[in-house]
Amino acid sequence: MQINLVNKVNNAVPHRLRRRGSLWPVLLSVFLALLAWDMTSRLTNLPAFILPSPLQVGERFLRALSDGSLLRHTWVTFQEVVLGLIFGVTFAVFLGYLLAKSPWFERLVSPYLVASQAVPIVAIAPLLVIWFGPGMLSKVLICALIVFFPVLVNTVVGLRAVPASLRDLMRSLRASHWQVLRYLEIPATLPIFLGGLRIGATLSVIGAVVGEFVGADRGLGFLINVGRGQYDTALVFVAVFTLVALALSLYGGVALLESVLLSWQEWRRE
Amino acid sequence: MTSSLERSPSLISEATIGKQKPHEPILTVRDLSVVFPDGNGGLEALRGVTFSVWPREFVCVLGPSGSGKSTLLRVLAGLLPPTRGEVRFRCADAKGGNGLPRIGFVFQQANLMPWRTVLENITLPLELAGVNNGAARARARKLIDLVGLQGFEENWPRDLSGGMAQRVAIARALIHDPDILLLDEPFGSLDALTRERMGAELLRIWQAHQKTVIMVTHSISEALFLADRVLLLSARPGRIKLDMAVDLPRPRREEMRYTAKFGKLARRLKEAIE
Ligand SMILES: Nc1ncnc2c1ncn2[C@@H]1O[C@H](COP(=O)(O)OP(=O)(O)OP(=O)(O)O)[C@@H](O)[C@H]1O
Ligand SMILES: [Mg+2]
Repeated sequence: MQINLVNKVNNAVPHRLRRRGSLWPVLLSVFLALLAWDMTSRLTNLPAFILPSPLQVGERFLRALSDGSLLRHTWVTFQEVVLGLIFGVTFAVFLGYLLAKSPWFERLVSPYLVASQAVPIVAIAPLLVIWFGPGMLSKVLICALIVFFPVLVNTVVGLRAVPASLRDLMRSLRASHWQVLRYLEIPATLPIFLGGLRIGATLSVIGAVVGEFVGADRGLGFLINVGRGQYDTALVFVAVFTLVALALSLYGGVALLESVLLSWQEWRRE
Repeated sequence: MTSSLERSPSLISEATIGKQKPHEPILTVRDLSVVFPDGNGGLEALRGVTFSVWPREFVCVLGPSGSGKSTLLRVLAGLLPPTRGEVRFRCADAKGGNGLPRIGFVFQQANLMPWRTVLENITLPLELAGVNNGAARARARKLIDLVGLQGFEENWPRDLSGGMAQRVAIARALIHDPDILLLDEPFGSLDALTRERMGAELLRIWQAHQKTVIMVTHSISEALFLADRVLLLSARPGRIKLDMAVDLPRPRREEMRYTAKFGKLARRLKEAIE
């Protein structure tokens, strides 16, 4: 098992290196976008509270960084996002397993699940803030709710897609339910599940910001509100870029997890 | 199986001529019927199937498509409950716990787990049985030698050819030392040449391990080349149409396929099928 884990990690490395090789076009396009932005702000001569220049945003970024406010707010949002992700995913996987195993249970629950998806998260966020207060709990719940559905769907789809022939194999070996779960269902479902997790990770960031917009005194969403109120548009930009970075690093984290756990199917992604 | 080793001449049937066997069958199937529910009365796949298999016997099951061969194997493996009749295993030293036999099943497709390496696929049955990892890997390496896959231990199944994957499946079916080996057209997806080679290899493995084998095949000559006995199923619903002993000497050689005896047995099977 140990030897093999090493093997899997080794297999994953060249893949990531190959990706890093294609980083230059990305840097180039970021540079070009900054250039276009800078040109626009120079040529149109708009006031900074409408369109700050890249330099002004950079300055504001350094100020927010040095007085510690940016890190403080980012840390709050990060916690909300990750906790929401953990709760949402845990509940989705648990319920997804029950749904996939019992058609009866699925018929019982699925009307509510479908109906719940028809309600936009923005519409129930105020309710959650009223019920659970303006603190972190309401944001974690909003994140969990928004993460829940895609992960649930992918878990059910993944479990349903476990090949019947491999189930037969496990039964012919008289595997227990627990062994079927551990040796067959979890590894077979993992690729589809991780796809759901990838979507969930970015959605969770959206959930946190929505919650913070509705009512909060901390977090990057709150920071955006503050910037808007004070016509400190550069601060809004700083907060938005930080959110993008947060979402991207979560997404990257899941992608990294995939490349390590799913090295056996690397060919699929080429 | 100690007491069953004494032989009773009165029990030697047509099936055991030329070969002395323990007098107690390892498997007894009596009046087995399987009906699949299909809305209007049910689809009868097997009807009144009765036969016995003796320890270390190599039995091939022949029959037209849809005659219930796979269904029969699935019932024997405990994957499908029979509608009527009974399946009894009688092995004094049954290893599967509560009187059940330990089963090695080789499916038509290799049916490997794509997220496990070749070695990990082969050790699966031992892992499920709680054997410690070192012992399991050591045993798997021996089987890898037996099926000729040295050097492929750490490969993923996707790197293997069809024949290699099927050999992994055979090694996996042997590793937990099963009481009985069930093979459902294991070489069905292979080309004719590989198929013959794999057949010869299977014979070698069977001789080395002295297993009881029940194998489904479509090929008359494959059945005659491998088996001690051929069971022929009729078209649906499947019934035993013929239970024929193959009294060709062992070890079997390629040249035997062209002998008069082989031809006679083949003709008898062919006539029964038509
Ligand atoms: N799970 C099932 N539900 C309903 N009908 C089934 C099921 N499995 C098999 N059958 C039917 O039972 C009959 C026998 O099927 P089986 O797969 O055992 O045939 P077979 O002899 O293995 O055929 P082949 O040589 O093509 O593999 C077929 O008519 C098939 O349609
Ligand atoms: Mg079949």
